[in-house]
Amino acid sequence: MSQLDNKTKRAYINAHLIDPASGLDTKGALLTEGIHIVDFGPDLFKDGVPEGIEIIDCQGHHLAPGLVDIRVHLREPGDEHKETILTAGQAAAAGGITSIAALPDSTPVLDDVSGVEYVARRAREAKMVKIFPYGALTKRLEGKELTEFGLLSEFGAVAFTDSTKAVANAQTMRRALSYAKTFNALIVQHPEEPTLAGGVMNGGEISTRMGLSGISTYAEIIMVERDIRLVEMTGGRYHAAHLSTAGAVDIIRQAKARGLPVTCDTAPHYFCLNENSVLDYRTFAKVSPPLRSEDDREAIFQGLADGTIDAIASDHSPHDQDSKRLPFAQAEFGIVGLETLFPLALQLYHKKALSLLDCLSLVTNKPAEILGLPVGKIAKGAAADLVLFNPDSPYFIDPEKFRSKSKNSPFTGFPAQGKVLRTVVDGRTIYER
Amino acid sequence: MTTYAETIAAGQTGHGHLLGIEGLRADQISNLLDLADGYVDQNRAVKKTTDLLEGRTVINLFFENSTRTRTSFELAAKRLGADVINMTVASSSIKKGETLVDTAMTLNAMHPDVMVVRHSDSGAVKLLSEKVNGSVINAGDGSHEHPTQALLDALTIRRRKGDLYGLRVAICGDVAHSRVARSNIHLLNTMGAEVRLIAPPTLLPSAVDRMGVETFHNMKEGLEGCDIVMMLRLQLERMQGSFVPSVREYFRYFGLDQEKLAMAKPDALVMHPGPMNRGVEIDSELADDLDRSLIRTQVEMGVAVRMACLHALTQGTLSDGVQS
Repeated sequence: MSQLDNKTKRAYINAHLIDPASGLDTKGALLTEGIHIVDFGPDLFKDGVPEGIEIIDCQGHHLAPGLVDIRVHLREPGDEHKETILTAGQAAAAGGITSIAALPDSTPVLDDVSGVEYVARRAREAKMVKIFPYGALTKRLEGKELTEFGLLSEFGAVAFTDSTKAVANAQTMRRALSYAKTFNALIVQHPEEPTLAGGVMNGGEISTRMGLSGISTYAEIIMVERDIRLVEMTGGRYHAAHLSTAGAVDIIRQAKARGLPVTCDTAPHYFCLNENSVLDYRTFAKVSPPLRSEDDREAIFQGLADGTIDAIASDHSPHDQDSKRLPFAQAEFGIVGLETLFPLALQLYHKKALSLLDCLSLVTNKPAEILGLPVGKIAKGAAADLVLFNPDSPYFIDPEKFRSKSKNSPFTGFPAQGKVLRTVVDGRTIYER
Repeated sequence: MTTYAETIAAGQTGHGHLLGIEGLRADQISNLLDLADGYVDQNRAVKKTTDLLEGRTVINLFFENSTRTRTSFELAAKRLGADVINMTVASSSIKKGETLVDTAMTLNAMHPDVMVVRHSDSGAVKLLSEKVNGSVINAGDGSHEHPTQALLDALTIRRRKGDLYGLRVAICGDVAHSRVARSNIHLLNTMGAEVRLIAPPTLLPSAVDRMGVETFHNMKEGLEGCDIVMMLRLQLERMQGSFVPSVREYFRYFGLDQEKLAMAKPDALVMHPGPMNRGVEIDSELADDLDRSLIRTQVEMGVAVRMACLHALTQGTLSDGVQS
């Protein structure tokens, strides 16, 4: 954020302003000054825009807070051939995302202050989207010793997680939830009982036919159930990442009804695809947790529609060709998602499960609230992080056009609706169609 | 209708693969078995070779150790007059960095007409087939399929029982990890046989009943009225506690002996894809009982069936409907 254009004023006129946090849904205009939103509303600039203000004509399109993606693997440091902070930022910008929370499973692991500071510095240099790092929950992600929750929080860690590794040891999880209360820190779990999760795809008829080892839905259900009991025991704040099963959604629903401090998210592939996507040994659909049955897919969709699931995160997991062009069992788990998060989230709106406001909420203010990020809403004085988009324009997803370094998406040819026209971070346009 | 010339041309340019039984139609299976029947006679004659595949190259590419299957394919190709190269790629070479796809493309550059491939990963043979020009025959991929084994089993049964239709066949043992079981389930169902699986639940894959089979955990109940009893090999590493508690207990409840076999039809026949664990899944005397055991016939039929597969793929007589 250059200090030079600190006072630059930009007027977004002819916009359809939409903000889930406040319920704003009106035609109007918005004014930014430097890095902040300073004014907005239906009557702003009714009599024209004063001189000296840069004008951006939105041509009637929707102007919303930029998306907040709380689950992204940056691959930097360590695997820069798969993705870098810069390319992830470019991909996010093209996807309408203005803030991302970066998972700590880089090489080295982000389990100390210097790692977290490094990512923050590289993010500033890249000058793309805002990057909020997670801290590792345990040192080296080994599931044994807790990291310095307090110090890491002070240096910017927004929550603590062992990324794609479940914290399997119940005592470790118990202590993490207890200790985190000192700093009001959030614990994020990859909910999968590892001793039940030795497989490579969902367990069931298809894994049996394909001769692949299956992962039972109970691997997820049991871990979420156990963790809920530990939350009950400790009172710590808990977030279950990327739910994939009907059973886990039920458990979270009941835990919320009992007033426990529990939230959860899911990724677009868990409500847009099912296990049939791995037929023909398609490794681009190999993901952890695995794509599940159609019944589970419907339950995830329903969990989003009824508010049980609090947010949608891409779980962006870039992998190069060499990591995927392998026999299925040997291929890496993961799907890239920064450039498909928005159109796939909009499926909930297009399928009439949610209003546009409620649908946007799942990718803006709600995920921001889970991690306590000061973004994801349109308000006076708020950061000028915006996305201009057309929710209806249809197209077929083409991973070859992704800005991400990796193209491992199972959504090739998927009919989507919703195009990002412009992405603005701190008042600066970082993407324009 | 394709003309004779087109059929030959297709055979020369390479085309279809045999990657599995799933997806094959009954008439295609019957045609292969008819073709194999003829080769049984040829193999029993003094002169066992023809020049059908003269000038063609067959590569046996085995990423997993195998003696019998590789030998069977080698003999089959040689008896049809092909040039055969055997390559056993130990897993250590893969660890050196060359991927399966690299290996496939390297060998493909040498213009093999047929590649016979075995790999320890399900789907690996299909992946390889997408990168080569010639035909690929799956000689076993992970726990997925082993189509020529199912075909040789079918030929063995058909020659003894006349027809597969209406037979009650029990497949017993480690179905969960068995490619032989999966290929046989597909083939027997396609040909109208009734398939039963007999195993402890730890050795049955999830939702296997959705494949059109009935499952039993009690061997005597499962064997009732069976015409054919197919035993599967139980890998040593699975006998030591994680899937079954001990060899002793496994043989007691799931090993085939005369007493349990008595529950099947009086003329029931016993099969095993080999290599056998005598005293683990099958009683040693029973395995050698020529009145009941088809185990050695299976080996003989193996060569004939593989000749039929090489014949059909290279001559283009099976191209329609075979996975390509």
